[in-house]
Order: sequence, then C-alpha cells, then structure tokens
Amino acid sequence: MNCYLGIDIGSISTKGVIIDDNNNIVASLYSWTEGNPIKAVKKLINSLKEQLPSNYILKGIGTTGSARKLIGLMLDANVVKNEITAHAIGTMSIHPDVHTILEIGGQDSKIILTRNGIVTDYAMNTLCAAGTGAFLSSQAKRLNIPIEEFGELALKSDNPTKIAARCTVFAESDLVHKAQMGYSKEDIVAGLCKSIVLNYLNNVGKGKKIVGPIVFQGGVSKNKGVVKYFKEVLNQDVIVDENGHLMGAIGIAILSREQKSEKTYSLEMSDIKFETKGFECSKCANNCELLRIYKNNQLIETVGSMCGRE
Amino acid sequence: MDKIIAFPQMGNYDVPARFLFSHILKAQIMSAKKITKNTIEIGTKYSPDFVCTPFKYTLGTMIECLENGANVVMQFGGGCRYGYYSELQEQILKDLGYNFKYINLISAGKANVKNIYHEIKSINGKLNIIKSLYYLLITKKMVKYMDKVDDYIRHNIGFEENSGDFEKLNNKMLKEFSKVNSLCGLNKVYRKYFKLIKKVKINKPTNCLKVGIIGELYTIMEPFANYYLERELANYNIEITRFTNVHYLLFEKGKKIKKYLKDTKDYIKYKMGADASDNIARTLEMCKDGYDGIIHIKSAFCTPEIGAMPIINKICDEYDVPIIFFSFDSNTSEVGIKTRLEAFYDMIEMRKKR
Repeated sequence: MNCYLGIDIGSISTKGVIIDDNNNIVASLYSWTEGNPIKAVKKLINSLKEQLPSNYILKGIGTTGSARKLIGLMLDANVVKNEITAHAIGTMSIHPDVHTILEIGGQDSKIILTRNGIVTDYAMNTLCAAGTGAFLSSQAKRLNIPIEEFGELALKSDNPTKIAARCTVFAESDLVHKAQMGYSKEDIVAGLCKSIVLNYLNNVGKGKKIVGPIVFQGGVSKNKGVVKYFKEVLNQDVIVDENGHLMGAIGIAILSREQKSEKTYSLEMSDIKFETKGFECSKCANNCELLRIYKNNQLIETVGSMCGRE
Repeated sequence: MDKIIAFPQMGNYDVPARFLFSHILKAQIMSAKKITKNTIEIGTKYSPDFVCTPFKYTLGTMIECLENGANVVMQFGGGCRYGYYSELQEQILKDLGYNFKYINLISAGKANVKNIYHEIKSINGKLNIIKSLYYLLITKKMVKYMDKVDDYIRHNIGFEENSGDFEKLNNKMLKEFSKVNSLCGLNKVYRKYFKLIKKVKINKPTNCLKVGIIGELYTIMEPFANYYLERELANYNIEITRFTNVHYLLFEKGKKIKKYLKDTKDYIKYKMGADASDNIARTLEMCKDGYDGIIHIKSAFCTPEIGAMPIINKICDEYDVPIIFFSFDSNTSEVGIKTRLEAFYDMIEMRKKR
C-alpha cells in the first residue's frame, strides 16, 4: 500500500504523520524540536519507522513549518510548503465544512478563513508575541505551574482577573502586579488565558468575519482555559480536534500525495550525514549571513545571500 | 574646492537624476553606492526610532556619500511627513559634524522656483536657462520611457523563457540613456531597446494570475526597501501591475486626483495626504477589473497609508478580492514576508482554479 509522510517542524514542536490514500493516519508522532530541527526530525523518523507496518511503500514526503526548507532538503521532499496552506488543507480534509480556523502555535498565531474548500483569507501575527504559546509557557514557569496543568487550573476560576493583553511586556508587569496584590493563582491563570484570546482577536483576527464552524488548533488549543474563553468571547462553539496538533503535517502529507511523485522514499536515516555551516560573507557591504548545507559531505545548497552567491 | 554633488537613491532613478544634474550644474556628480544593509544600519543609527523607513534609507545614503567625499547634498521633501524630512535630515547631518552645503529643492511640499534658481546659480555661475530647460525636457522624457519599459517588463517578467533577459536589456538601455545628448538621441535609444525588449521570448498563458501592487511610494520603488518583492513575485509566474512611478508622481498625479476623488466618493471625501487617496481609487479600479489579488506595501509608521488601509480592506471585502498588507521596517524578518507571500500565492491560485 502507498503511504505519504508529512512533517511539520515548528519552533517548539516537531510533528510527523504518515497517511494512506484515504487520509487514514497510519503512524504519527508529536515531539519537541529543542532548537535542533535536524536531530528532532531524525528521531521522529526513526520512531515513525517503527510504527509503520512493513507492507507500506512511502511515495511522497512533504515538509512545512519554519524549518521546512532545511528539512525538505535533508529528506529530498517532493513538496515544501508554508504552514498556512498546509494547515488549511489538513483541517479541511477532516472538517470539510469549516469556515474559520484559529491557530495558536509556539511562536506565531494565525487565522484562516475558508469557504467551499478553499482559503479565502488569512492573517498571521506580525509584531507581538503576546498571543502565542511561548508567552504562555514562560508565564507558567514564572508562576511555577506545569504548562499541562495550566488549562485545568484556569477552569477553576469564576472571576478571571483583567490582564493587559496588548503586549507581552505590559502583560507580564500586569501579571506581577496582580500577583503582588494578592489575587489567587486560579484567577491570574484564568486572566492570562482570557488575555491570550483577546489579544488574538484584536491583533490577528482584526477585521475578519469569524463565522462557524470554527476549528481551533495549534499547541495552545490543548489549553482548556483558552478554549473556554474563545467560546465565551466569540459566543459560538469552537471545535478542538484531538488531532488538532497534527493538522499541518496531515495537510502537507496530502499535498505531497497530490504531487504524484514517481519516486519511492526510504525512512532509513542512519546513513545520511547532514551538516550545516554558517558564515558571514564579506564580498559587499550587505554582509549577508550565509548558511551552507551539506548532505553526505556534499554542498547541496547555500541560503541567505541577497545576490545569489553560493 | 571642487564641488562634488550627491543625492539619495531610489530604484534606477539615479540615471535621469545624474543626467539632469551633470548637465545643468556642470559639477562632479557622485554616484551613490547601491543601497545595502550598511546603508540602512547607519541610517537607522542616526534617525529617530519611530520615523518611517525612507527617512532612514535616504539619511544612510547621504552619510555614505559624505564619507566618500561629497560636499554638496541635494534632497527634497513633500507629501506627508516627508515635507519635514529635508530640514530634519540637514540638522542631523550638521550635528554629526559633516561640513557640506545642503540644497533643499522642495521645502514643505512646495517648490520655490526662485530659490532653486539661486541655489543652482551658486553652483554653476554660467547657468544657461534655455539649455537647462532643454535638458529638463530630455530628463522628463527619459523618466517617461523608463517607466513605460518598466511597466512592460513587470507585466511579462514572470514568464520570460531565459531568466534574466529583461533585466540585462533594461540595464543596457539605462547605460545608454545616461550617455545621450539630445532628445533625438534619447528617442532613438528608447525605440531600439523597446523593440528588443518586446522581442524577448515569453511564455505567457492568457489567463495568468494578475496582481497589483499599491502602497507607499519609496518602499514600492526601491527594491531593496521591499526585499525585492517584485522579483519574488515574478518567480511565481504572476503578471504584476504597479501604479506608482516617478513619472506618475511628478506629471500625472496632479491631473488624476480629481477623477480619483470622484470615483471613490462612496468611500472618501477628502484628499488623504501622500498617495492614500490614489491607492484607494486604484484598489476600486483593480477590484472592478478582476484582478486576482492586491498587495499593499508600506514602510512602518507611514501615516497616510495607515489611514487608507481600513478603507482598502473594506473595498476588497465588498468585491471579494484578496488583499495582503506588508509593512517594512529596518529589521523586518525576510522569512516572515516570504512565508506570507507564498501563502498568498497559494490562496489566489486556489481561488483561480475554482
């Protein structure tokens, strides 16, 4: 049977999924990137290989997420695409009638509007990190609460305290202020969850018509507190899929299947030596930071130059 | 001391500007270096933080020129906050301790002809007015030709069979432009190259994707300031239309604004400063013409365009035409822009297929 691998390499987590011709998930894994996408993907592939039954033949690889180009080169992927398109395709394959996709990841957040199976509009956060997972996890650390328990704790509060949501710096000083005033941890945590929602709707969702069905995904969708306040503020039901964190990977796997590559891919990673070397070019005043990518000691690509120098 | 004259850069317009100044001023004209990261770094260092990016680029260029030995700097202001740029930049440069003569051609948005005449006369004592007007005419024509060729190239560069053909011919044409001596000579060069450029082999489908670029003038016209957005778009095989160019700003804008205000009377009542009203009118025009998408670019903190954006958004919403806004600053992430552009392309392509 034919199968297709999709990998979504985000700033915080790396997601991999293998699907068959009917969009069934054959194997999947969610792991941490830990600042080393190459290592994370090698580990991911080894684990997927173990899950994969032997009668499957890999006919396509797609990569998405912020390290998509690097990993695309490493795996010789037949599709390398941005995460906005991948998330839309993935979500629409499971919820064909979806109209709004809310996505909050580790470093970025986006909104995608779809009608009749195509993307009609999208937006992505540009300046502020206050509405992302990275902010939540740093605040969880400050409050000494494991990020996994954050959402549950938020649900215990009936009275979320108001926290300035405009900007991380203000939010943080507001949070410290509220803690020192003596507000309970539950109220502060709930307030944070609500501030994420408000910040998202003010920044990313600004001017967009949010109509149901709404699907909420990305790492932050696992936080029950944030889900609760999305429902409350939007006054609509918000669907959180149990595979919500894999949507980007599923989408890119589908795109890789649609490309109809003739090649057969292998998941054997141990014989591939993949290295990168960074240096600053000093041939002109631009001083571009170049990155040379070597596969099995052979230079396969140089990225980062403005003039096209290798 | 010999006078060495310098002026800020924008796109390829240094060719006509150098042509004009060298003939009128009879002095040495410095060719500023192409804008690099170094330009924007020093420009940013000496600029107020929240000023818009063109200020930083032009200040950076002027500092680079002064460092290379220029002793006369020409700048002009007008339109929006730009009207105050010139005075402020002069003060910053003087505070930095450079010893030079500063010529402000347009102050607070108004060109004082008498003043300009005196400034020029102080550099070139033997100024011949008749001859100068003749060279002015040639320069005007040159800008017109450049923009015409540019428009054609922009429409077709996404489909050229041998990548780089257009750019090569265009560069050759600009080189010959800088050497012409008469109106007749200019016309000849233009006709020769436009013919060659039209012969460049292209492979263009009839129903290709059409995208229009609007926004703030400097960021639109200086490719470094928009991270070579047009080059990136051409890679996606898109027909690109751009409305703002120097010929438009200097010779067409004044005539068109009344029509624009009439066209957009459902949306705006007054002129909104700089090109804001123009961009609103163009948005409406493109929506009616069936463009597949619109890209709006501006430098960060560009006040007139910030005022225009909600209206542009509303028009696009009503006509259901996708629009994307990009804001460029001295430290914008290039990867972020590429990701959004790629997603935008995917989106308009998906819509077209339907």
